[in-house]
Amino acid sequence: MSAHRANRPVLDVRNAKKIYGSGEATVVALAGVSLTVHRGEYVAIMGSSGSGKSTLMNILGCLDIPTTGRYLLDGVDVSKLNDRQLALVRNRRIGFVFQSFNLIPRTTALANVELPMAYAGVRSAERKRRAHAALDLVGLADRADHEPNQLSGGQQQRVAVARALVTAPALVLADEPTGNLDTQSTADVLAVLDSLNQSGRTIVLITHEDDVAMHAKRVIRLVDGKIVSDQRNGHLAASRSAMLRDAYSTAVYR
Amino acid sequence: MSIFETIRFALRGLVANKLRSGLTVLGILIGVGAVILLVAVGNGSAKVIEESIESLGTNTLTISSGGFGRQSSTSTSSTSLTVELATALADQSAAPHVKTVSPVVTSSSLAATYEDTDVTVGSFIGTHPDYATASNFSIKSGAMFTTDDVNDHSKVVVLGSTVAEGLFGTVDPLGQQINVSGKLFTVIGVLAEKGSSGLSDPNDLAIAPLSAVQESLTGYGSLSQILVQAVSADDIDTAQAEVTSILNEKLGVTSTSSSTPYRIMNQAELLETRTSNAKTFTTLLGAVAAISLLVGGIGITNIMMVTVTERTREIGIRKALGAPKRTVLNQFLVEATVLSVIGGLLGVAGAVIGSQFTIMGTKPVIVPSSVLLALGVSVGIGLFFGSYPASRAASLRPIEALRYE
Ligand SMILES: Nc1ncnc2c1ncn2[C@@H]1O[C@H](COP(=O)(O)OP(=O)(O)OP(=O)(O)O)[C@@H](O)[C@H]1O
Ligand SMILES: [Mg+2]
Repeated sequence: MSAHRANRPVLDVRNAKKIYGSGEATVVALAGVSLTVHRGEYVAIMGSSGSGKSTLMNILGCLDIPTTGRYLLDGVDVSKLNDRQLALVRNRRIGFVFQSFNLIPRTTALANVELPMAYAGVRSAERKRRAHAALDLVGLADRADHEPNQLSGGQQQRVAVARALVTAPALVLADEPTGNLDTQSTADVLAVLDSLNQSGRTIVLITHEDDVAMHAKRVIRLVDGKIVSDQRNGHLAASRSAMLRDAYSTAVYR
Repeated sequence: MSIFETIRFALRGLVANKLRSGLTVLGILIGVGAVILLVAVGNGSAKVIEESIESLGTNTLTISSGGFGRQSSTSTSSTSLTVELATALADQSAAPHVKTVSPVVTSSSLAATYEDTDVTVGSFIGTHPDYATASNFSIKSGAMFTTDDVNDHSKVVVLGSTVAEGLFGTVDPLGQQINVSGKLFTVIGVLAEKGSSGLSDPNDLAIAPLSAVQESLTGYGSLSQILVQAVSADDIDTAQAEVTSILNEKLGVTSTSSSTPYRIMNQAELLETRTSNAKTFTTLLGAVAAISLLVGGIGITNIMMVTVTERTREIGIRKALGAPKRTVLNQFLVEATVLSVIGGLLGVAGAVIGSQFTIMGTKPVIVPSSVLLALGVSVGIGLFFGSYPASRAASLRPIEALRYE
């Protein structure tokens, strides 16, 4: 890897605006956001409801495009990619956890987790093995054969997390992945994210909780579609995060 | 993703939505089955009419006296048909395309008695021996009377199958005597049963020598009909022309006459009329069937459309997880194909089973082209409405698809 590539940001958003509707009903969800995230960073995005967090996340995940402005993923302008290339990027590079889970109805948790691997062309037996492992990681090994409507909100959320992680993507984008979880499950999920980050993966997560944000090394705050602060957590916070993680791990693997 | 994997995904999708899959299959099944079966019923009834008219013989002309009262219950109404006229028509040099000529007198609804049993004979016919072959009757047992019987005024009779059964049941009728309006006739033959051409039973008749019937039942008035048999079905029109000119000459009809005292009915024409009636019937049933196909189609469309919201969301999820448009489309196409083909084939199977039964008095006969048409249309509808919403959804950005309502 050349020095040039190493310095290039993974995510590079340049003055992105997202405007919904037209005329009187116009909603400015993003009012010019510029943001760069480098390889291996762990970023938390915070902000009140309706501040544009999910909108930004969808753009980062190549699920939506900004009305104006540019978005470069690994130096490539996403708006220039065709359907097949976008599908490849979503499938191989990004693991996305939706705020509203978005599991496929009437399909087992296992099959839901298998899905991204199926599109990646992983063979069935291997898929099952890895899907089971991922469900195990989020503490749902015994719910593999349950369908979404047979799972609690928190369980569905964890299936969604397992689905995003199962392909071991270099970039994990999680929209409130712990929004519906109790302390224990939150700890499980955060432990997974932390270990992914430690193995060099880039993580962006949205959260309302300071505790969760503390796990990140950088916190970005949005107000009315604008970035109002972009802070790196200090050494203290980082070590606190590590300490918390150890505590959680102890709790999990007790 | 491999095609095998795509098919597995599609099947899993179908199983995951059992009710929707079932309703779609049902819609297609009913549409296809109804079309095939209704057309088969129409076709079956047309076939029956065709066969029965053909069994009457397509190479005969029936000459009756003019006016519309020719089928009155007595044969002695004012007509100008005579045995001499019949003899003239049989003249080989004047009418080379005429094979046989049978003068006919008919007595309708005569009571016939054998021992304690009595039946009403639909028509008691006095004629020449050629009548049987000309009207496509064959002898089942015994024999037809001969020209000698006609000359000798023999009181012998050949019974139609209905009359024979009614009078004799299991007894052998040959050689038995029956009483017809006080006159005794000896049964010398029984006719083989003939298919019905409609309302009347063609087997409800008895045939006896013309002379004997005139002598004992109808009197020596004029004839009810003259049955002319052409040499072949192709010569029927030529024969008709020959017969017409002889009749005109004998009956003094000039080219200026506004009407003729006789009518000629051509079996071939009758066949055409009846067949075209039957065709109209088939077309009508076809239209009903087409409507049911349309309704079935709308049903399918409806089910597919109702699930568009849900499916669009699903497509959004699949795309977000990295499914290319092509893969999503293939999955939905396979789903729709499986449903349409299963529904279509079940419909055909249902129609084939249904056609084993008699429906509206006819035995349905399946028309192969209706099978193709019904299958084609319903599979087409299924494929289109199965894949069109999918292709639209697959073109959306994942977020747009996820927000679809
Ligand atoms: N499809 C849309 N059409 C119109 N307005 C929209 C649409 N999606 C989002 N918005 C608006 O954009 C704004 C930002 O929405 P967004 O979902 O990004 O909020 P958020 O920060 O994720 O909020 P929350 O914390 O509640 O999830 C909101 O005011 C919302 O009403
Ligand atoms: Mg949100």
